[in-house]
Amino acid sequence: MYRIVEKRALNPTVILMTVEAPLVARRCEPGQFVIVRADENGERIPLTVADFDRNRGTVTIIFQLVGASTLALSRLNEGESVHDFAGPLGRPTHTEGLKKVAVVGGGVGCAIAYPVAKKLHEQGTVVHSVTGFRTKDLVILEDEFAAVSDKVCRVSDDGSWGEKGLVTDALKQLIESGEKYDEVITIGPLIMMKFVCRLTKEYGIKTVASMNPIMIDGTGMCGGCRLTVGGQTRFACVDGPEFDGHEIDFDEAMARGGAYKAFERHAYDEACALFREVK
Amino acid sequence: MPNMSPVKNPMPAQDPEVRAGNFQEVALGYSPETALDEAQRCLNCKQKFCVGGCPVKIDIPAFIHQVAEGDIEEAYRIISRSSSLPAVCGRVCPQESQCEGQCIRGKKGDPVGIGRLERFVADWHNAHAEGAVDQPASNGHRVAIVGSGPSGLTCAGDLAKKGYQVTVFEALHLAGGVLVYGIPEFRLPKAIVEKEIDGLRALGVEIQTNVIIGRTITVDELMAEYGFEAVFIGSGAGLPKFMSIPGENMNGVCSANEFLTRINLMKAYQPGAATPIQHGHKVAVVGGGNVAMDAARCARRLGAEVQIIYRRTEKELPARREEVEHAMEEGIRFSFLTNPVAILEGEKGWCGSIRVQHMELGEPDASGRRRPVPIEGSEEEIPADMVIMALGTSPNPLIKTTTEGLETQRWGGIVVEETTGKTSREGVYAGGDAVTGAATVILAMGAGKTAAAAIDEYLSGKTAGSDKSGEEPG
Repeated sequence: MYRIVEKRALNPTVILMTVEAPLVARRCEPGQFVIVRADENGERIPLTVADFDRNRGTVTIIFQLVGASTLALSRLNEGESVHDFAGPLGRPTHTEGLKKVAVVGGGVGCAIAYPVAKKLHEQGTVVHSVTGFRTKDLVILEDEFAAVSDKVCRVSDDGSWGEKGLVTDALKQLIESGEKYDEVITIGPLIMMKFVCRLTKEYGIKTVASMNPIMIDGTGMCGGCRLTVGGQTRFACVDGPEFDGHEIDFDEAMARGGAYKAFERHAYDEACALFREVK
Repeated sequence: MPNMSPVKNPMPAQDPEVRAGNFQEVALGYSPETALDEAQRCLNCKQKFCVGGCPVKIDIPAFIHQVAEGDIEEAYRIISRSSSLPAVCGRVCPQESQCEGQCIRGKKGDPVGIGRLERFVADWHNAHAEGAVDQPASNGHRVAIVGSGPSGLTCAGDLAKKGYQVTVFEALHLAGGVLVYGIPEFRLPKAIVEKEIDGLRALGVEIQTNVIIGRTITVDELMAEYGFEAVFIGSGAGLPKFMSIPGENMNGVCSANEFLTRINLMKAYQPGAATPIQHGHKVAVVGGGNVAMDAARCARRLGAEVQIIYRRTEKELPARREEVEHAMEEGIRFSFLTNPVAILEGEKGWCGSIRVQHMELGEPDASGRRRPVPIEGSEEEIPADMVIMALGTSPNPLIKTTTEGLETQRWGGIVVEETTGKTSREGVYAGGDAVTGAATVILAMGAGKTAAAAIDEYLSGKTAGSDKSGEEPG
């Protein structure tokens, strides 16, 4: 059992949780993920490490309410425990030798982009952060990004926060204005990452995308997280979760991501109804 | 006077039509009367060929003799001297190619039902045993076991019985390895695995779940920082193989590992389970091993029409004969001499059919089996809204890539000295599928046993505790 030492809502559907997991905290690095089960009958869900404190032995996860399992996790409070918390899994983000990087995050993906930006900043890399949200109410980690970025670009779909537009618009402006990046790191919805990668390919800028496919064990056993990169099948859990964005078959990844949509929708509705009854 | 019937007492089983709709155990076990009758078929030979066929060298005639005498607890004691998991082995061992394959009675008629008797004894013990097990006095030496599958549990049990302080590290949230994520409930009820593991806990074995050795803690850290004097690696062969044919990443196509893990570990077949599972209507399972049979029989129980696609003939099927027979009884169809060449889309993004090519057997290959050769122009499409790939697995590279100086084969298996399980690193031993590639439960247990004996020899010459801090993880 892993005790929850902090829990707060970052916006109406995104929750931050800091969990006591000293063994994970000891080794985890930005880009890696953990497998979490809320309770003893829960589903194993992969969540990327959003922050960690090696001294306190804690790991922070940030997740969006998307289905019954994240809903169950969100019902747990400070002082209570999550049943299972295993990791760190996957390979850490490669940051070595990077001088100047644009970190492009979309929606709850910003929670994963943030520790990467932070690590880059701490090692002296020039960080330009481009963050995008649908609307102002959904914004998370605004101050945190500001603290670790040399330049901040904010966009929202409806213009209620920052510039109106998409992250690709903002990134294009930066590139067109003469900014030269060693690398672009992008984390967010698949459709967003697909277009970020399409844009950077035009300019020939190396781009890394962080994938978050369906997984069960997270250790290479099930193959559920497989995707096509450069024409080859790779496992996100052991070979990734980050891959060369110009080589990823995003359309296939999007189709695979929707494999259990009907089930999830049904389970989520049932779970919501159940909680309403309990209330 | 021995029972000279040439026929083995049949195993009572659930009716095929009924069991194809449930996940309860298929084989129901011998009654005491049947067990006694079967035990009397054993001639108690002097040569004990059967023992030679057993990877853990159970004194088979001795335990069967006790069954015939009616002292089942004594029979259990005899089995336990050699095996840590009798209730498991009685169910999943390929006895026909091991102990029973060597039985003299098998020369004229059926061999003695050794596996069925082993199961009877273990189940009887589990139902009747009472009281706590005596924990052996600690000898102060600490050993880490990586993985809680059959090899790890066996190694842990043998060492604990000798007084070692044993900690087992398991990557998943539940102990048991392939016994819990791979083998289905209807073949090996999980309550039985749990009971066997509880037995190890009672011996003082500590089990830490959610620890991925190679990621959470490395093998080097186990020894340098956590004070373990020896490590046994029994991490299994977990990585599923795919065929690299077009369409393989479509929705509806999965590895047998994924399908079985969802069902067995995550209980996705139960109504209201948190983990989803696809209920295919027409399911094609590719492969002919025990895992293919397990996947096919699970899919059948979820309501599908199931077809097994195998590129050789019935004779070459690597699965246990009993599993093949059970699968056939349950209405699973077999398409022999058939090999998939592509998976074709049905509904958008989902597989709809599998294109196969018919084969014929040519010259024998390296394995001694006749090589399947494609027949030109014999392609055919088989409708399938779900395709399960059961093509075997390879060792997980996590430990190999994070343990410096650990010698491995080209294909990933850890190199060991066969008689001891010793690896290229001092104090590090390995066994089971991590060494051999996908094999059987009992061979893994045999390897765990061998390594336990070697670790005992290695550490008994050393002073316990040494100068390490012995900090407890997690």
